[in-house]
Amino acid sequence: MAAHLSYGRVNLNVLREAVRRELREFLDKCAGSKAIVWDEYLTGPFGLIAQYSLLKEHEVEKMFTLKGSRLPAADVKNIIFVVRPRLELMDIISENVLSEDRRGPARDFHILFVPRRSLLCEQRLKDLGVLGSFIHREEYSLDLIPFDGDLLSMESEGAFKECYLESDQTSLYHAAKGLMTLQALYGTIPQIFGKGECARVRNGRRVPPDPMFCFQQVANMMIRMKREFTGSQNSIFPVFDNLLLLDRNVDLLTPLATQLTYEGLIDEIYGIQNSYVKLPPEKFAPKKQGDGGKDLPTEAKKLQLNSAEELYAEIRDKNFNAVGSVLSKKAKVISAAFEERHNAKTVGEIKQFVSQLPHMQAARGSLANHTSIAELIKDVTTSEDFFDKLTVEQEFMSGIDTDKTYGYEHILTLYNLEKAGLLKPQTGGRNTYPTVRKTLRLWMDDVNEQNPTDISYVYSGYAPLSVRLAQLLSRPGWRSIEEVLRILPGPHFEERQPLPTGLQKKRQPGENRVTLIFFLGGVTFAEIAALRFLSQLEDGGTEYVIATTKLINGASWIESLMEKPF
Amino acid sequence: MDCYTANWNPLGDSAFYRKYELYSMDWDLKEELRDCLVAAAPYGGPIALLRNPGRKEKPASARPVLEIYSASGVPLASLLWKSGPMVSLGWSAEEELLCVQEDGVVLVYGLHGDFRRHFSMGNEVLQNRVLDARIFHTEFGSGVAILTGAHRFTLSANVGDLKLRRMPEVPGLQSAPSCWTTMCQDRVAHILLAVGPDLYLLDHAACSAVTPPGLAPGVSSFLQMAVSFTYRHLALFTDTGYIWMGTASLKEKLCEFNCNIRAPPKQMVWCSRPRSKERAVVVAWERRLMVVGDAPEGIQFVLDEDSYLVPELDGVRIFSRSTHEFLHEVPVASEEIFKIASMAPGALLLEAQKEYEAASFGKCFLDRFPPDSFVRMCQDLRVLNAIRDYHIGIPLTYSQYKQLTIQVLLDRLVLRRLYPLAIQICEYLRLPEVQGVSRILAHWACYKVQQKDVSDEDVARAINQKLGDTPGVSYSDIAARAYGCGRTELAIKLLEYEPRSGEQVPLLLKMKRSKLALSKAIESGDTDLVFTVLLHLKNELNRGDFFMTLRNQPMALSLYRQFCKHQELETLKDLYNQDDNHQELGSFHVRASYAAEERIEGRVAALQTAADAFYKAKNEFAAKATEDQMRLLRLQRRLEDELGGRFLDLSVHDTVTTLILSGQNKRAEQLARDFRIPDKRLWWLKLTALADLEDWEELEKFSKSKKSPIGYLPFVEICMKQHNKYEAKKYASRVGPEQKVKALLLVGDVAQAADVAIEHRNEAEMSLVLSHCTGATDGATADKIQRARAQVQKK
Repeated sequence: MAAHLSYGRVNLNVLREAVRRELREFLDKCAGSKAIVWDEYLTGPFGLIAQYSLLKEHEVEKMFTLKGSRLPAADVKNIIFVVRPRLELMDIISENVLSEDRRGPARDFHILFVPRRSLLCEQRLKDLGVLGSFIHREEYSLDLIPFDGDLLSMESEGAFKECYLESDQTSLYHAAKGLMTLQALYGTIPQIFGKGECARVRNGRRVPPDPMFCFQQVANMMIRMKREFTGSQNSIFPVFDNLLLLDRNVDLLTPLATQLTYEGLIDEIYGIQNSYVKLPPEKFAPKKQGDGGKDLPTEAKKLQLNSAEELYAEIRDKNFNAVGSVLSKKAKVISAAFEERHNAKTVGEIKQFVSQLPHMQAARGSLANHTSIAELIKDVTTSEDFFDKLTVEQEFMSGIDTDKTYGYEHILTLYNLEKAGLLKPQTGGRNTYPTVRKTLRLWMDDVNEQNPTDISYVYSGYAPLSVRLAQLLSRPGWRSIEEVLRILPGPHFEERQPLPTGLQKKRQPGENRVTLIFFLGGVTFAEIAALRFLSQLEDGGTEYVIATTKLINGASWIESLMEKPF
Repeated sequence: MDCYTANWNPLGDSAFYRKYELYSMDWDLKEELRDCLVAAAPYGGPIALLRNPGRKEKPASARPVLEIYSASGVPLASLLWKSGPMVSLGWSAEEELLCVQEDGVVLVYGLHGDFRRHFSMGNEVLQNRVLDARIFHTEFGSGVAILTGAHRFTLSANVGDLKLRRMPEVPGLQSAPSCWTTMCQDRVAHILLAVGPDLYLLDHAACSAVTPPGLAPGVSSFLQMAVSFTYRHLALFTDTGYIWMGTASLKEKLCEFNCNIRAPPKQMVWCSRPRSKERAVVVAWERRLMVVGDAPEGIQFVLDEDSYLVPELDGVRIFSRSTHEFLHEVPVASEEIFKIASMAPGALLLEAQKEYEAASFGKCFLDRFPPDSFVRMCQDLRVLNAIRDYHIGIPLTYSQYKQLTIQVLLDRLVLRRLYPLAIQICEYLRLPEVQGVSRILAHWACYKVQQKDVSDEDVARAINQKLGDTPGVSYSDIAARAYGCGRTELAIKLLEYEPRSGEQVPLLLKMKRSKLALSKAIESGDTDLVFTVLLHLKNELNRGDFFMTLRNQPMALSLYRQFCKHQELETLKDLYNQDDNHQELGSFHVRASYAAEERIEGRVAALQTAADAFYKAKNEFAAKATEDQMRLLRLQRRLEDELGGRFLDLSVHDTVTTLILSGQNKRAEQLARDFRIPDKRLWWLKLTALADLEDWEELEKFSKSKKSPIGYLPFVEICMKQHNKYEAKKYASRVGPEQKVKALLLVGDVAQAADVAIEHRNEAEMSLVLSHCTGATDGATADKIQRARAQVQKK
């Protein structure tokens, strides 16, 4: 089902199984047939954890989307609301419950909060007079969702906005909880590094640096977990060597640049949601003779993109300019494989050929899909508009003046961007960017897009700052860039979590460290690609598992910061 | 061998009964038991005595005394009974003493004589007084049954969840029944009572007359009745000295016995063991004890003293002033081992062990025998011996212990404040900390907080020293107990040790320490907790104080702002006002100008307020922009009035574009001047709009109006975008030299582009042209460029 999660250095299927178990346990608590009423936002993330078949096995017969007034009719014993803890959703639920009560047979209502139960919401339900109607009110701590063998996301849309504009650290709290869950499954992470404000937004105000905050958060919860669970010590051998907590606001620049990896471009152009992408259907019309062009599909083509697909795993992180040659090479290999059938003479040979057929056909289908996607992308990247946009970006990065105007309705958004540190009113002050760029080698002139030697290939020149920081942390260490770290916003810190002697790792020579890198506020596919590139370097010494509050790109990120007054 | 079987008494052919001493009691009773109300709890539980329970008014000095002892006679509590006259005493399953008063009030005391609570059995009982009462046990808990002066029954099957049930009337009942008992069948409590020769069964719906099958004739009255420990069997003692024994359902007779004693017995109880086929009843008179069953002869004992019978699961305890004995059927296993001439394996093994003096001999020969059960039995025996010790005084048998479970036993040790023993047992049995040691320590701590003579600091420190971070200990539970005892300060101190904020905060709120709760919630980082406290504070404090509190907690303040943004907009404004946060106030009014106001005047007014706020916030940019917006709105309104169409809420650019598109060039230029749109940008706007209109004539006129500040390449581009190559070529010639190549390429004139590039001797331009050369048609041009490029490169 989700084998690709177990391919990586850390088997993330363990996490997936753990959350699936939790879900099954809850469903079984509500005995009998059930209908689930979904908070629409949750259906995407849930799809990565449990398909409908799992729900069906546990007597889920109907599924609805949460909306006002009455629930659709369903002949079931239990109605389960699966929602985020938000007040406005509570109002809708109570409307549902109250109108249900007046009709026919009594049902058992339950509510499952994701990821956290909320006293505030329960108070609201109480005020609305429906709290007593719920038999089970529980929480489903779905914090970090495994997206791929090395990728976890909380898919918390507003995380960055809440932290930086609203001083609301709810998502940080959830992030800390998610890390605790990870540690419970994969062992205590012995060393923690961090850089940025989010690690310590404590009193809602930018107080003097208190780098201990995040660590304290983690440490407090460790104690809590130790006490709450029967075993007094986490006795799991640590899988991760390091945890690196990186704030998005340390590097606000990277997400704004157009990603130039294959996966990055798919996301920039079509938007990848919960590992699915919807594409214009025309290119995917079945090419059959006879009925060609008669009935073109009108619904968008929906494809799942993850490393379960061999070809995609190979090309996703390549610079788009290097994708074409891989695809054509693949095409040759596959048609050669199909040609083999002419050479198959004996029954044994034919049998062997036939046994490989399904795999070959899947590969051919996959190749056809990606060739179509690449064509779609090529249409965009070769357009003037795209070229202009890239030019402006590069001018922006190199500090050339560009002239922009906005309508008045964006004044609130502009203020938001200023608060978040994305815009600065023109004041004196020294421009520190050149120093940062030089020290961290953020601009590489000689980029090899086909056979990259540096992470800068993901933006065809620009090396993402965030990933550079991670790279320098692993070798030679942050001490070498103290000065730049001071220029970048937010404090940096390092903490150790003591391990019992029995759990301390003795590294074999040549064995890579595993670093969990947590992007608070979002990460782009290009940054992920850059980190995967580092993981694969032969003498890199570090493999990365990536976690984030949300997978973002420039557009979706700015969108989340926009305020639309009408 | 004799010593084992000396006290074995045969009853019939198949069973032996034995009576042996548990303790010699030195409880130093001043009165005879017969002068006291007595209640002894099952499972080796405590004994309560009420001396002088007389109901007549007496001088204060003669007030009755309530005493509580352990089963071994160790005094646990003694208190002067100052409440009303008492009718009956009994122990609940939780070892709480229920004292039923004549007025139907039931007072509940702990094992140590500590008053817990009280409840009433209802008005009917109060009016008619209590004639008799019984405390009984069911699977739900402990119940109370009352017989009132009006000869009606009221009962509650579970005093923990008091639901009073008044039982139906017994027809024609004029006097108290000669005897009665509570029964429990199909999870419902019934009452069986005897009136003269008749038996009645009362359930909550009806009263029905019942007849025991096979009852001997000639009975004119029942003197005593007994239900077995498990409610399965019933025994009836008649005025003819005859005992009927059968099932409690009264469907089957098991046996009968004629003891020829017509005196009413003092007590009659069942004495049987679970899963045994033997049925026997123990009957006690003043000086005589008789065990009778399915055998022609009973077993007789002489009672030297006034004695009291306590039915147990597997036998009967009998205590008097000086001794405490246990009477039970000899278990089959003992019988097999010790019976004279027994040849059972156990008996042989015992014999062999004696011969060879080898401890646990024989076990070694059984190499496949799993040792677990042997080990477990040794552990159980050790525990049983420990608690049977005189000082502890819980004489449990093995079957009772198993029925009770170790958890309940530990609870009972905790109730007796025997914390060290309980912890030793937990450690000895290696119970998980959460079920064992932690739980006991938590109980100890709850007891500790009730010690009023110790200071808060000392109690808190003592508790923390002992409990530390033991897993499974809930400091908040202990704190809640401290708060329950009125020690708020201690509770707060204890809460400091609680690691789970989720537990800390609600209790602090309950104790009205909302501000402390707020800082704890903030510390935890759990925003939901913070919100909860905030809403609590909001209701608790007046607005001013609430805002002041927020002011000192910036994180809470920002969360509350978010809440207000969605739920209470007006409050949000007040908050910003209080903080003199003019920037946010400005934003607030900007938002209002879009959301709240429909009319243009209202919107402009809201913007004016916003602009004022932005000035106060020293945000010149925002203030100016807002004023411009006001101007623009007014102007757009006028445009709509004069020209029709939609202008409101367009940006300046879009307004200009719309004006151009609708042919209002003059107005467009005026607007551009008014709003200081730079020339360059105006040209772009005009260019785009005219191209969109495909008004090529006007575009050309415009291009010639003066020298283009943006050059002529954009003209070429825009025409090509509209696929008008003809127009594009017109402008290509006017493009300046730097962009000429690009322009020529755009209009598809590769050859000329090549010439220009070569003229410029510009390598990059040459490469650009080269990349536009396609196969056959441009072959010559391509060659030309390559040659030129080679030349340039040579130099």
